[in-house]
Amino acid sequence: MQYETVIGLEVHIQLLTESKLFSGDSAAFGGEPNTHVSPITLGHPGTLPRMNRKAIEYAVKLGLVLECDIARRNYFARKHYFYPDLPKGYQVTQHTTPICNKGRVWIKTSEGERSVQLNRIHMEEDAGKSMHDQDAYNSLVDYNRAGVPLLELVTEPDLHSAEEAAAFLTELRKTVRHLEICDGNMEEGSMRCDANISLRPKGETQLGTKVEVKNMNSIRNVRKAIDFEVARLTALLNAGETIIQETRSFDADKDSTFSIRKKEHAEDYRYFAEPDLTPFKITEAYIQQVRESVPLMPDQLFEHYTKELGLSEYDAQVISNDKELVRYYEALTRETKSYKAGANWLLGPVKSYCNDRQIPLDEYPLAPMQLAGVIELIEEGKINFSIASSKVVPYMMDNGGISAAEAAAKLNVVQDSDEGSILPLIEEVLQSMPDKVAEYRKGKKGLVGLFVGEIIKRSKGKADPKVVNQLLAEKLK
Amino acid sequence: MFSFKSIETYHQYLATHPDGCTIAVKYYLERIEENKHLNAYLEVFAEEALTRAAQLDSQRAAGKPIGKLHGVVISIKDVIAYKGHKVSASSRMLEGYTSLYNATAVERLLAEEAIIIGRNNCDEFAMGSTNENSAYGPTRNALDPDRVPGGSSGGSAVAVQADLCMLSLGSDTGGSVRQPADFCGIIGLKPTYGTISRYGLLAYASSFDQIGVFGKIIADLAMVLAVISGPDEYDSTALSNKQEINDLSILSSNTPPPRVAYFREAIEHPSLDPEIRYTLLQFIDTLQQDGAVVTEVPFDYLDFIVPAYYVLTTAEASSNLSRYDGVKFGHRGAAQPGDTLDAFYKKNRTEGFGKEVQRRILLGTFVLSAGHYDAYFTKAQQVRQLLVEKTTQVFQDFDALIMPTVPATAFRLGEKSDDPIALYLADIYTVFANLTGIPGISLPLFKHSNGMPFGLQVMTDRYQDPYLLQLSFNWLSRYQGVNLQG
Repeated sequence: MQYETVIGLEVHIQLLTESKLFSGDSAAFGGEPNTHVSPITLGHPGTLPRMNRKAIEYAVKLGLVLECDIARRNYFARKHYFYPDLPKGYQVTQHTTPICNKGRVWIKTSEGERSVQLNRIHMEEDAGKSMHDQDAYNSLVDYNRAGVPLLELVTEPDLHSAEEAAAFLTELRKTVRHLEICDGNMEEGSMRCDANISLRPKGETQLGTKVEVKNMNSIRNVRKAIDFEVARLTALLNAGETIIQETRSFDADKDSTFSIRKKEHAEDYRYFAEPDLTPFKITEAYIQQVRESVPLMPDQLFEHYTKELGLSEYDAQVISNDKELVRYYEALTRETKSYKAGANWLLGPVKSYCNDRQIPLDEYPLAPMQLAGVIELIEEGKINFSIASSKVVPYMMDNGGISAAEAAAKLNVVQDSDEGSILPLIEEVLQSMPDKVAEYRKGKKGLVGLFVGEIIKRSKGKADPKVVNQLLAEKLK
Repeated sequence: MFSFKSIETYHQYLATHPDGCTIAVKYYLERIEENKHLNAYLEVFAEEALTRAAQLDSQRAAGKPIGKLHGVVISIKDVIAYKGHKVSASSRMLEGYTSLYNATAVERLLAEEAIIIGRNNCDEFAMGSTNENSAYGPTRNALDPDRVPGGSSGGSAVAVQADLCMLSLGSDTGGSVRQPADFCGIIGLKPTYGTISRYGLLAYASSFDQIGVFGKIIADLAMVLAVISGPDEYDSTALSNKQEINDLSILSSNTPPPRVAYFREAIEHPSLDPEIRYTLLQFIDTLQQDGAVVTEVPFDYLDFIVPAYYVLTTAEASSNLSRYDGVKFGHRGAAQPGDTLDAFYKKNRTEGFGKEVQRRILLGTFVLSAGHYDAYFTKAQQVRQLLVEKTTQVFQDFDALIMPTVPATAFRLGEKSDDPIALYLADIYTVFANLTGIPGISLPLFKHSNGMPFGLQVMTDRYQDPYLLQLSFNWLSRYQGVNLQG
């Protein structure tokens, strides 16, 4: 029988806020165990949560970009369960009333482009981390992560292959990185994904029994886990067996999954509205304010770069997909209108400089404004590209903060485009080689290069080749 | 011989007594020692209180201006966090636990130079109305040691009643300040929900809990309230507008005769002691004779309020007390090899919590569980909503609502300990203010023929705490000590 794969993803997105969702403790990743904690994080008697407004802003930001409906009246609920890494015995979550509803993510796969429907995005606090392998007799708990703000994004069961799931996560990761609300690092767990996978006979509309797979700490592993599960479930169905609802874990060493618990009955989390936090309203004005702070997204940037700035699709693609490049390029194009030249510089000399030294772009020694100065000098014909890249730029790197014009002047490399001083040189050169001139006139047009080279040489490299070419063409007519 | 009448007279006394604070603290330490049998204090911070008193005395001698509560000796219920001091909620669960921070209320008391002399006994986790649910033994009523002081803030009430401090803080989730005030013959105030930050108050039921004040004269309560109330960045449910309770002059000015409502069903309720009913009716007559408009208002929900209260508070309690699992702090039982995580939790919580706390956790877990949620929790929330609407209606036409505080006078020790339902039902008059968030006060106006005092409960609309204090001041000045039955 032919089966259709149905996948829904639950993605936990750890927000890059400085402090935790309900306390002033640092929300940074890592740190010595139990150093990012306070009585509030540890749920000590009498403590109360304090709302971190930044988390609301980030949630609304992502919601707007993913075309969600933003809930106007919001509150948190308590989700109850006992586990040592959950300090209060309940998790404070918007599970019952998400801040963002619906929405979609556009993905591109070998089958083309389509949107994946979202169910919701809600805010919640993370739990601490239990470690069972550090000590022979005890389990240890690190509460640094407890209370770190998360967004939980849940898709509809709207994905149908490992490839689609991977494309979805790639796109989502790109988006959260671009918005700078999450670093998207799946290895460190700042973006975590669970997949609900089920099969159903082709044409069937009802969903089959699902299996939930956890612990896939890279997009590659999500792909592998889904492929493995689909094959396993297909084999089971083909053998006439019944699929049981269960939670499975991905084993990255064996590229397979194993059962961690069977779900015989649904857990009862006894949700109710968190009485320690007042409900909060999101106004139209607030949404507008957040909307204005949302940067152009990669797709929008691509459009902008190709249609308005005239970049090639390739260059536009490369820049718009990299947050660092976008930032530099945006700053650069605020200073110069030579958009194409800017892209060429960025993807050429600048990028290779960084690659050679293995440094991130923000450590590139020239500020966008300085580089824009170099580009402007070239455009004005004051220096040429090879002088710029071999002399001016290195000189600027060695003399921090200096402008391109200053550098070119110091180096005495500013090109001469003054007709009055170039014309005599042309006369001189043409007179010095009358036979070549005659050959040229007979049709050996390639000789123009020789004349130009000689003229520039006699100008000690300073004559602007553009002006030389122009004047020479007239002279030789 | 030191004696305390009011903060105002005490501060006058201090002006002429360079070591006045020390004298006061020594006086209370002696009184506490003499009245140990009342078991009002779980711990007395004797050394520390003396040191602080000496400090304050020398500050005064150096001519430093004095704080609003300079040298005022205050005790706090054992559910309020005081940094570096034990706080146990009268529970084995928190035996030996030391608070890592100050409750906002404590912080503000200290900033105005109050002296915190000790922590008061109470019902475990503020659950109870007799103080018999303390893991450290019951507190006794100073007027009759065979009777209970009420609860859950029994220790704080007796501390004021028996002159073991000047004022005390309690907490009131369903009457835990007003009811013991009634049983002990003192004033007990529960302000509007959110008036005093709950940061540092060990939670019983978050949407009901409110710190309250015990004292003997209204001006003192008003002063303490003025100091500890107001917005707090650590409690989002604390009201954002600081109420104007600072101006004590309001307490002596003339006010127009109040429009007062009372619920017929409350006065006619079969559980109400006939003598209390008769006294109240007499009092209503007196008020009318004195120019007040007192009107009977129908109230159909009286029999729903105790069930709604217990469904909602136990639900919140079951959640709030989840953190006491023995992992990070609190009681941890002796682990046996091979214990599962479940066994670990069960041992810690079974050994750590007393019977009443366990009962309420179980009740609350039940009413929140799938299959029962709508029948209990949702229904009770609807009742609460109705009560809020009803309250708003009543206060459109009236300035105050009066009721008995408790249907009976102080119980005998052990009298009701086997009948939790009877005890729950005795909360019939106090839970209303917590369900609706309005302020309530119990005024020590009456005395029963059995020799025990009982109070008049007065409530006003939300945020009308200053008016409630004003009215209380007027009525106490006029009627305290007057034989109304007479």
